[in-house]
Order: sequence, then structure tokens, then C-alpha cells
Amino acid sequence: MTFEPTRGFTGRARAADRDPRLPPGQYDAGDGWPVLSAEVTPRLAAADWTFRVDGLVVAPHTWSWDEAHALPASEYRGDIHCVTSWSKFGVRFGGVSLDTFLAAARPLPTATHVVAYSHTGYTTNLPLSDVTDGKAWIVWEYGDGPLPAEHGGPARLIVPHLYFWKSAKWVAGLRLSDRDEPGFWEQNGYHHRGDPWAEERYAGD
Amino acid sequence: MTDPQSLQERFVPPTAFAVPGRIEVSNRSAAVWQRATVVEIRRETPLVSTFRLKVPDWQGHLPGQHLMLRLTAEDGYVAQRHYSIASAPDGSGEIELTLDHVPDGEVSGHLHTVAHVGDTVEVRGPLSGFFAWPGDRPALLLGAGSGVVPLMSMVRHQRLAGLDVPVRLVVSARTPADLIYADEYGDEATVVLTRSEGRLNAAHLAPFLGAEGQPEGGWEAYICGSNGFAEHASQLLVAGGQPVDRIRIERFG
Repeated sequence: MTFEPTRGFTGRARAADRDPRLPPGQYDAGDGWPVLSAEVTPRLAAADWTFRVDGLVVAPHTWSWDEAHALPASEYRGDIHCVTSWSKFGVRFGGVSLDTFLAAARPLPTATHVVAYSHTGYTTNLPLSDVTDGKAWIVWEYGDGPLPAEHGGPARLIVPHLYFWKSAKWVAGLRLSDRDEPGFWEQNGYHHRGDPWAEERYAGD
Repeated sequence: MTDPQSLQERFVPPTAFAVPGRIEVSNRSAAVWQRATVVEIRRETPLVSTFRLKVPDWQGHLPGQHLMLRLTAEDGYVAQRHYSIASAPDGSGEIELTLDHVPDGEVSGHLHTVAHVGDTVEVRGPLSGFFAWPGDRPALLLGAGSGVVPLMSMVRHQRLAGLDVPVRLVVSARTPADLIYADEYGDEATVVLTRSEGRLNAAHLAPFLGAEGQPEGGWEAYICGSNGFAEHASQLLVAGGQPVDRIRIERFG
């Protein structure tokens, strides 16, 4: 698509100098980490946090905070991208790979999609293939400290290769299914998948 | 995707939140970029201006919705941001955005310092059905700074459409000079000037909460502003008895 230039607009960054880590239409939020959630931030104690995997699995399972922390540690170092057009480079999240939880629950061959849901009731849908093979984590650390409540602490999902509304805060579980069921933002006009590099922002993109 | 069976089987997690969207969003209008012409620029405060845009194929919006605005440089470089729509849906083919002049802001900076009447920009929208207010339920609106913008769209809609449904607006600004739309507020508005009075507190909200302050059926609460304001205001509402699943928040990240 080509567009008519806006008179007098030069932009803060030249196209040629654009950081290759920035997906199209995004800007670098720098040190900032905007908070974007539509709900009241829950004050969820770590002792009350649980994470469950069920639906089309052989062995539905719920982990407590201590049980989840006893699993092999894993971390994500890299970039994150929000549909509201900011990106953040070089962040570090610590927790456990989602593969570890899924291996314990053993998805059935018929499982193709998941609904990730939060202790608050927020939901978001993902293809199973987008949360397996080292692409997703349950995390409770940001940088060197605990994940702040307003960013989803005590624990959240992160799926960093998709727009961040897929990375459910205050995550409570995954339900595996054989169909794609739109979650909260997907029912409110957002794209079903949300690939930042393909600019899958809104339904119809 | 939305056959009756799948709706029936939709997974609903055990929850206190899960606030449903208010409207279905048009995929078609949200997907299309449209040329918009700046037809008026009005100063609201020293740091805030309203930009009136003519959008020939605008499909209409509901108060509370936002759009994405895009600027393109000669070499193809683009910058885009979300902005709340300030005007009521009025069928005029024109909409208004009210923008802070963000220090070093790439898009707002251009609009505030370079743009003039007759220039074109591109917009897509309206977007998101979550923060929309169709005018059907009593609305308690809490806003700070430019967070008042989507809430003012609701107040304007209520007036323009002559709706009987109760609307109350609590708007917070640092000083009188920072108060956006100061001349437009009527009996529905409570203004909190934080520099002289301190920040929004439970006493400001008490008249609207509790058994005596509630309209029949209760309020649908809408909060818009910085994250700090949204956190504070939402906790005040919860403490005052407003159900958590009837609080909608738009945070300016």
C-alpha cells in the first residue's frame, strides 16, 4: 500500500535508520513500560495463585505457586510488542517454559488451540503451535525482581512473538480445544492471531 | 465462527471480571485506512488542542471508541498512534480528536506544531467495542487530564441525543488552566483541581456510590487517564462498592 505523504512530516526516525528489531508501525518505548489493561488490577497473593492446564489433555493438572517454582527454570530475553504501537527491547522474564507444563498434561492429538485465561476472567485465544516449542512461558520475574502486579504479577503468560494482549496477565490456566474460540479482545475487534511482523492488529487485517 | 453451538460452548473461566464488550465492532471500517482533512484546530488549554477532521467515508462511532491516526513522511516512513474520539456521533462526516502536546511526541508534536487546516492525515476506525457507551445504562465517568476526552464524547452524546439516562462526570485536572472543555461542564460534572484540593478521594465519589447515590440498576463505570490515575480511581470505586465487573478502564500508557 502506498500513502500520500503528510505535509511537513519528517518523523523522529528516518526509515533508513529504523531499528531492525521494530516491527512495522511500532515505535521504541525506551525505558518505559506502559500499563494497558482494561480491568481493575487484582491484588492476588502468590500463595493464592494457581495455574491449570486442562481441556483436551490426557492429564489435567493444577500447579500451586510452590509446585510451579519447583519446575526447571527458563527465561526469555528479547523484545515485546504491544498493539497500541510501542515495542520494548531487551527485556528479561524469568519463570518456566510452557512446554514443561504441557508435557505434564500431555495434549491429545485433537488439540489445536488454547484459551489462556486469567484469575480475573480475561481470556485470549492462541493456536497451540504458538505456545509450544520454546515460544511461551509462565513468568514471575521481570528483570531481577518480581513481576509487578500491574504487569500481571504474581505470574503471567508471555508469548513474545505475538502482540502482548496474547500474553495474559494474572494467568490462571490454559484450556486446550479443537477449535479457535475468540477471547476478550478478539471479541472486541482485535485480530485472532496478532503477529506484529504481519501487523495483525484488528479483525480484517 | 459464531454458530449457536460454539457460543453455547464458549469457555467462561471462573472469574470476578470478564467485563463484556458493549458493542460489536465493524471489521470493515476498522480495517480500512481513510484520508482525513484537518478542517479546524482549536486551542483548549496551553498544551491541549482539538483537531476537527473531515472523514468522507466515516461509518460512525459510539462515544468511548478510539481510532488510529497515521502520518507518512516523503520517504514512506510512517508513525501511528491511538487517539480517543472526542466528538459525539452526529452524522456530520466530521470527528474531533483532542490531543495533549506530549513532550517529544512524534505524532502529537507534529499535529501541534506543524499541521494546519487543509492538511491531510490518515485514520482507521472506529476501534474497540469495550470502552464504548451506547447510551443505554447510567454512566459514572472518571477522568483525569486528557483522559476526559472519550468521556466528554459520552456527555456530548447524552446531550445531543436528549437521553434521560443519568450520566455523572468526575474530572480531575491540576489547575483551572489545565482543565479541558472547562466551559462545557454542567450540572453533571464534578471538577477536582488537584493542585489546590489534592487528588481525587472517596468523598468526591461518595455522592454516587452506596444505596442512595446509585441510579436504578447501578452505574456502568468508565475510567480514563494515566495508569496512576486509573489504579487510584479504580481502587476508590471498588472500595466504595462499585462491582468490579462493571468498571471499564482505558489507560493512557
